[in-house]
Amino acid sequence: MSTLTIDHVSRWFGNVVAVNDVTMSIGPGVTGLLGPNGAGKSTLINMMGGFLDPSTGKVTLDGEPVWRNESVYRSIGVVPERESMYDFLTGREFVVANAELQGLGAAEAQRALATVEMEYAQDRKISTYSKGMRQRVKMASALVHEPSVLLLDEPFNGMDPRQRMQLMELLRRMGAEGRTVLFSSHILEEVEQLASHIEVIVAGRHAASGDFRRIRRLMTDRPHRYLVRSSDDRALAAALIADPSTAGIEVDATDGGLRIQAVDFGRFTELLPKVARERGIRLLTVSPSDESLESVFSYLVAA
Amino acid sequence: MYDPTVARLTYRALLGRRRAAILFLLPGLLLIISAAVRAINGADDQVAADLLGGFGLATMVPLIGVIAGTGAIGPEIDDGSIVYLLSKPVKRSTIITTKLIVAIGVTMAFSAVPTLIAGFILNGNGQQVAVAYTVAALVASIAYSALFLLLGTVSRHAVVIGLVYALVWEALFGSLIAGARTLSVQQWALALAEKVTGEALISSDVALPTAVVLLVAVTLGATWFAGRKLRTLTLAGEE
Repeated sequence: MSTLTIDHVSRWFGNVVAVNDVTMSIGPGVTGLLGPNGAGKSTLINMMGGFLDPSTGKVTLDGEPVWRNESVYRSIGVVPERESMYDFLTGREFVVANAELQGLGAAEAQRALATVEMEYAQDRKISTYSKGMRQRVKMASALVHEPSVLLLDEPFNGMDPRQRMQLMELLRRMGAEGRTVLFSSHILEEVEQLASHIEVIVAGRHAASGDFRRIRRLMTDRPHRYLVRSSDDRALAAALIADPSTAGIEVDATDGGLRIQAVDFGRFTELLPKVARERGIRLLTVSPSDESLESVFSYLVAA
Repeated sequence: MYDPTVARLTYRALLGRRRAAILFLLPGLLLIISAAVRAINGADDQVAADLLGGFGLATMVPLIGVIAGTGAIGPEIDDGSIVYLLSKPVKRSTIITTKLIVAIGVTMAFSAVPTLIAGFILNGNGQQVAVAYTVAALVASIAYSALFLLLGTVSRHAVVIGLVYALVWEALFGSLIAGARTLSVQQWALALAEKVTGEALISSDVALPTAVVLLVAVTLGATWFAGRKLRTLTLAGEE
C-alpha cells in the first residue's frame, strides 16, 4: 500500500504556469486525473513520476522524495503517453529488457505479457504494432516488477472499445488488489467508468476532488446556457421566465434569438417544447452554448 | 558502472539506424583509397602517413565519433524513449558509463580497426605508421565518444554541433590557427602516434604529457558532466 503526496506543488515553464499550487494525496485504488487538454495533467504526472522537478513544493511517495531518487522506481510503474519506444525490438525483447533493468528476468516478462494478453504478438517488431498493442506492451513493461504505484498518462488514447474495456478491467483489478493506480484522461465517461476517486485539474489548478458521483452531480446541476431562436422570441421569453427553471433570458439583438440560462436542466428541457406548442411558437434553433468540456470544467473551478 | 541491458539496447539502436550506414561507408572508403594508392604509387611511408593522418584521423575518426557518441543517447532523449531507462532503479551514472563504453567500442571498431588494415595495405606497417595511427585512433575514439555523448545529452542539435566541431574546428581552424590545435583531440592523439613512429613522419603541436593530461581530463570531465545532466533531465509533457 503506497500513497503519493503532492504538497503545494507548482511548476512553471518560463512565464507559463503549468501547475499552480496543487495539493493532493493519491492512495490505493483507482484515481482518475480529469481535465481538459492542456490543463497540466501530463506535467503533474511527470512530477509524480520523478521526471520533472516541481518549481515549488514537493512530491513524495510514502515520505520519500521522487525527484532524483532512482530507488522509487522499485515501487512505481510508468506508462507514458508518448508513442516512442524501442521500435526495433520485438514486444518480448522490450518487456524482457524492462524486466532486466528491474533486476528481474524473462519469466517475469512473460507473466506481464500474459497479463496484457500480448503473447500472441510478442515476437513481432514493435514497429508493426497498432496503437492499442503498443499501449499494452507499455503496460506490460510497467507491470513487470508488480509495482505498488502505477501512473498512466492518457492510457486510453487511440484504443478501440474492446481494448479499452480490457485495460479498464485490468486497472480495476489492480486497484482492487490494493495498488495505487492513477490515470489521466480528458474524457469524463472514461474516468467515470473506472475511477472510484476523481481529481479534477483545470488550467493548472486543482478544481475538484472526490467521489465521481459528487462531481457528476456538480456537472449536471450547473446552470446551462442555450441559444434559442423561434418564430416569436419575446412571447417565448415571457412564457419561460414565468417558470422557476429559468434564471435569466437575454434578447440577443445582433445575432437574433434568446440567450437563456436554465438552472434546472431536467425541468427546462421538458418545459421549452411544451410552452412553444401551447403558444403556437415555432422553435427554429435550440442549441446549448456551453456544452464544451472546457466550460463544464470552468464551472467546476468556480463551484 | 556497467549495465548489460542498457548496453544491448544502445548498440542495437546505434547499428539499427540509417545513419549507421556512414559507419560502414567511411572505413570502406579508406580501404578502397588505400588499395588504390598502393596499386598506383607502391608503398610509400610518407604517403601512408598523410592518408592515415589526413583522411583517417582528421576526418573518419571524428565523424564516426559523432555518429556513435551522439547516437548512443541523443535519439532516445529526442523521442522520449529514454523514459524506459530513467524509470528504473538504475543509477544515471551507470546509464552514461555504459553508453560511453558502447560508443567507444563502436568508434574503435569502425575507425581504429580499418586504420590498422589500411596502414598495412599502404606500406605494410613500415616505420610503424599503421600501428602509430591505430594507437591515435584508439585514443581519439575514447575522447570523441565522451565529448559527443555529452553533446547528445545536453543538446538536441548534437549531430550538427558535433559535425561543426569535427570538420570546422579540428580540420579548418586547426590548420589555420595554431592555438586551436592545442585544443584538438586530433593533436592529442597525434602526440601519441608521434611517440610510436618518431617525429620524421608524424608531428603533433602538443607535447605528450600535456596531451595525455588533456585526454584524460576531457574524457572524465565530459562523462561526469553527462551523468549529472542525465540526473536532472526533465521530460516535459506534450502539453
